[in-house]
Amino acid sequence: MGKKLYINTTINGEAVEFLCEPRQSLLEIFRDHLGMTGTKEGCNDGNCGACNVIIDGVLMNSCLIFAVEAQDRKIVTIEGLASPQGLHPLQQKFLEHASLQCGICTPGFLVAAKALLDQNPDPTEHEVRHWLAGNLCRCTGYDKIVRAVLDAANVAPNTETSLQSSN
Amino acid sequence: MQNFEYCTPRTLGETFDLLGENDCQCRVLAGGTDLIVQLRQGALSVDRVIDIKHLPECKQLICDPIEGLTLGATVPCHRIYEDKAIVDTYPGLIDSIAIIGGIQIQGRATVGGNLCNSSPSADSIPILIAYGATCEIVGAAENRRIPVENFCTGPGKNILEKGEILVAIHLPPVPKSSGAHYLRFIPRFEMDIAVVGAGAYVELDDEGRMFNKVRIGLAAVAPTPLYAREAGDLLKGREVSDESIDAAASSAQSIARPISDMRAPAEYRKHLVKVLTRRALWGAINRARGEFVPNAVQNNDQ
Repeated sequence: MGKKLYINTTINGEAVEFLCEPRQSLLEIFRDHLGMTGTKEGCNDGNCGACNVIIDGVLMNSCLIFAVEAQDRKIVTIEGLASPQGLHPLQQKFLEHASLQCGICTPGFLVAAKALLDQNPDPTEHEVRHWLAGNLCRCTGYDKIVRAVLDAANVAPNTETSLQSSN
Repeated sequence: MQNFEYCTPRTLGETFDLLGENDCQCRVLAGGTDLIVQLRQGALSVDRVIDIKHLPECKQLICDPIEGLTLGATVPCHRIYEDKAIVDTYPGLIDSIAIIGGIQIQGRATVGGNLCNSSPSADSIPILIAYGATCEIVGAAENRRIPVENFCTGPGKNILEKGEILVAIHLPPVPKSSGAHYLRFIPRFEMDIAVVGAGAYVELDDEGRMFNKVRIGLAAVAPTPLYAREAGDLLKGREVSDESIDAAASSAQSIARPISDMRAPAEYRKHLVKVLTRRALWGAINRARGEFVPNAVQNNDQ
């Protein structure tokens, strides 16, 4: 019972394999076993969105997924947003709009915003706010984040996004 | 979190073998948004987690004008509201599933899991009751179909017996002059648990003036979601009016037996039942009359 399982998956376009116990969350594997600490642990119970990842094109909390469920899936994490050519347009706009202070929630917001723009490249402010309602930020008051996402939607025809994305 | 064995059966037969083993505490995994939290908190103890997401029966999502909607137990919310036919045909269902948690929860969470978690405040259950949905329960020995209103037996408890799983939920087909609506009260705009929830389904006559059939479901006002049978039945054959709707809302209010907790005092919940039942009925009536009633998926700025 509870023996370790061998999992094959794809993270940010690269084949990745790891051993895990069934009880371990995907978040735990990223941070403690794969050295991918960009994805943050906030509440660890699905309320804050800090651990957001995109799995097979769908936004999810990595704290609410067992790592064993990642078998044969395609995962995009915060580490998959920037490219060797530079920051992702969302990251650039977060900097320009000062959309972060302490930064713990930022990877989750960026991944959530990427998932939104991937399926809705020209969202309204209402749609952005609704989409990001599952992400908590204790510093910014959200307004600067919403403005950055709307601005990124204006400038980015998402070419880089599709290059990095595994969808 | 305690450790456990993780299994991914590919057939119902394998699932029943895993479930039926003696002295093995099993839990079924669908979206995991409740189960994983409960395991982490130590609220549950298990020997084996059975992930049923790979069973073809549980993945079905079929919207058919004659058969109605077949909603596999492990279909996540986002798949339902990304299906245009379902959004157009069952807007009352969309009202509820598009406000369960945030977008990242809706990417994982399932209606089947919402039902099996059997919380009194579950958002999807009142509207399933209102639509007259049934649960397809499969076990090694026999299969059964039961109305959603008979599924939950207490907070976190339901009629599933050892060795049984919920495979799908079936919503009946909806006639042209019908409409449904779900709404809940929460003290903010998003991401909260219902203080009270109300779902209504109506069938009107061809002119849209008389009620032919009405069903009302309520959340967070009793140990289980409630079917307000009398409230719906008393509208049958009556004219659509503020007066008749008020009578139904009062009837729904009379069966509510809420508790006071951190979300609201019982008196306030009691008050809300009447207000929300009235609004749910009007939303359903407006939809039955072909008018647009917005929700989180279809709104005015689109």
